[in-house]
Amino acid sequence: MLRSIALWLEERLHLTKLFESTAGHKVPPSTNSWFYVFGSGTLLCFVLQIVTGTCLAFVYVPSTSQAWTSLQYLNNEQFLGWFLRAVHNWGSIFMVAIMSLHLVQTFLFGAYKYPRELTWVSGCVLFLCTLGMAFTGQILRFDQDAYWGLGIGASIMGRVPFMGARLVHLMLAGSTIASETLSRFFSLHVFVVPGMIIALLSLHLRLVLTKGINEYPKPGSVVRKESYATEYEAMVEKTGVPFVPNVIGKDLIFSGFLIVAIVICAFVFGPQGPSGPPNPTLIHTAPKPDFYFLPIYAILALLPAYMETFLLLVAPVFALAILILLPFYSGTGEKSYRRRPIAVLVVLLAVLTAGLLAYLGTFAPWSPHMEAWSGAATPAAYVKGRSALELQGAILIQGKQCRNCHSLGGEGGMRGPALDTVATRLTRDQLIRQVIQGSGNMPAYGKNLRPAEVTALVAFMQTLRPSYQPEARDSTQAVNSTSADAQKSDVLVNR
Amino acid sequence: MSGTDQKSDCGCKKLAPTEDPSASGISRRNLLLKVGAGLNGIAAALIGVPVLGYVLSSFTKGSRNSWISLGSLDRFPEGETRLAVYRNPITKPWDGDTAEVPCWVRRIDSEKFQVFAINCTHLGCPVRWFQESRLFMCPCHGGAFYEDGSHASGPPPRGLFEYQHKIDSGELKVLGGHLPTLAEPL
Repeated sequence: MLRSIALWLEERLHLTKLFESTAGHKVPPSTNSWFYVFGSGTLLCFVLQIVTGTCLAFVYVPSTSQAWTSLQYLNNEQFLGWFLRAVHNWGSIFMVAIMSLHLVQTFLFGAYKYPRELTWVSGCVLFLCTLGMAFTGQILRFDQDAYWGLGIGASIMGRVPFMGARLVHLMLAGSTIASETLSRFFSLHVFVVPGMIIALLSLHLRLVLTKGINEYPKPGSVVRKESYATEYEAMVEKTGVPFVPNVIGKDLIFSGFLIVAIVICAFVFGPQGPSGPPNPTLIHTAPKPDFYFLPIYAILALLPAYMETFLLLVAPVFALAILILLPFYSGTGEKSYRRRPIAVLVVLLAVLTAGLLAYLGTFAPWSPHMEAWSGAATPAAYVKGRSALELQGAILIQGKQCRNCHSLGGEGGMRGPALDTVATRLTRDQLIRQVIQGSGNMPAYGKNLRPAEVTALVAFMQTLRPSYQPEARDSTQAVNSTSADAQKSDVLVNR
Repeated sequence: MSGTDQKSDCGCKKLAPTEDPSASGISRRNLLLKVGAGLNGIAAALIGVPVLGYVLSSFTKGSRNSWISLGSLDRFPEGETRLAVYRNPITKPWDGDTAEVPCWVRRIDSEKFQVFAINCTHLGCPVRWFQESRLFMCPCHGGAFYEDGSHASGPPPRGLFEYQHKIDSGELKVLGGHLPTLAEPL
């Protein structure tokens, strides 16, 4: 009975032929490697995202007045809503991570070289689409971060010359962040970008079948346009094994572990957000992007202002061009990373840069600590035995909100230098000048402080040094030999 | 089929490209292909142009600003900077809280005001007013502005965006209606 059904289907669908040309196609045996599992892992994440995303869309309301409430409903009321939100969130994190590994692996293994240029190009665009999904998904979690994240996106668009204002309107679907903005991002996240991903993915997989999967590169075996295709075909013909069942085992094991990891993360850490409600009048918020965009968030704080617009608008275009066009200027030659030291260095540099920036982005040392002036205590040692004037200065350091940017005893902002040893770096005159006129990243406080307040503030800061380190001294005074000698002996006494 | 073709008197058998292409190079099949493609081109334009127009309408449409009241002047004490909230002049019923827009109102003296957008000029994050240090500070990338809105420190490329304002029958009014950006300040 079963056999007759199978035969009936075979006759109509030509399943054997389909299998032979797809899952059962022959691949080089060297591809049976743990390095070749990331592509299927990314695909699995994508399928998981479609399943969980579709389920979430059953309940989610893409309206600015209801989205946040519907997310709360998903978290707290809908049966297993929290779990599906968590799986969707962790699925996206794993998808970006595994996809990055896939990108690095194919780069290091020279898989982008002739004749697989289009596989690489479509993969790069897929990577961009996935980041697009990450950004639009972050907006759909419509909370404070999402609201201000849209503002950040609009501000970046607003820097485009000539048509900046129009692009802002296009992005926001109007002149303000409002209902149509969210609808737009919902449509992008649910219809447009997934549609593009499915189309590109079909091309990507089709190319893997037509041009064959990249063999595990051997150092010294170089790609030549004249001979590569015939050599590859001959090799597959001679030694090739069917992908299913010979090679798929490692993919299955990796995929299994991947799902288990996502589920464990979802169970243990739960869904992300939503944070505060997306009410723009609640301004006591410090918007921060999801981890994928932390490097960008960080670099925007650290760049000098004059190169910011260039780096925001021009550099990404160049970077993408270099990445996407890679097979067209480096399409032949050595494939193995063992013979491509620059490729390895590029990967290390990129990973270190992105990692360091993301790390800085997690605690944003450039941001003032808005509550430090009223919340952080002055270390007891810094007020012990101080004169009335100095104590007045200690109060002013708090009251004038200096600690939002300057820390004492490790507490407070990191925007400006810590003040714990400021007296060893700046003389009294320099302190006064710095407070009144500001400089570098420090605003001028001349208008906000009365002279008596400046005197007290500086008197306190002059006490801020360890007993074993001398005060900063005015080096211009050293020309006078007697005073120089006197100061020298002073220093010695202090030691 | 071929029998029918032979019976018909339209000359189609003669025009079939495999047998006898006409002198001008247009066979019947060729003509049908061309007409079909042209027709589909027109159909694509009939759908495509409205779709593009629909999607890009926000690209082509400019902002519509209007005067909005921030309330009576008494709400803003002299010499102080206070948060004020207005509702977007153009809203939809499902906008929810996003239709509310905050701004900072600085009353210099009885008649002189400055009204600043909440958005940092760097990347649009909400700046906070600190009365004691008389600074606006941004939580995102550490931009700071003086009380008159001018740039004090950090990455912002300019001072705070300032609303046009007027005093009208005892009320402070601002000209608003769009998100301020470097391309389209207030």
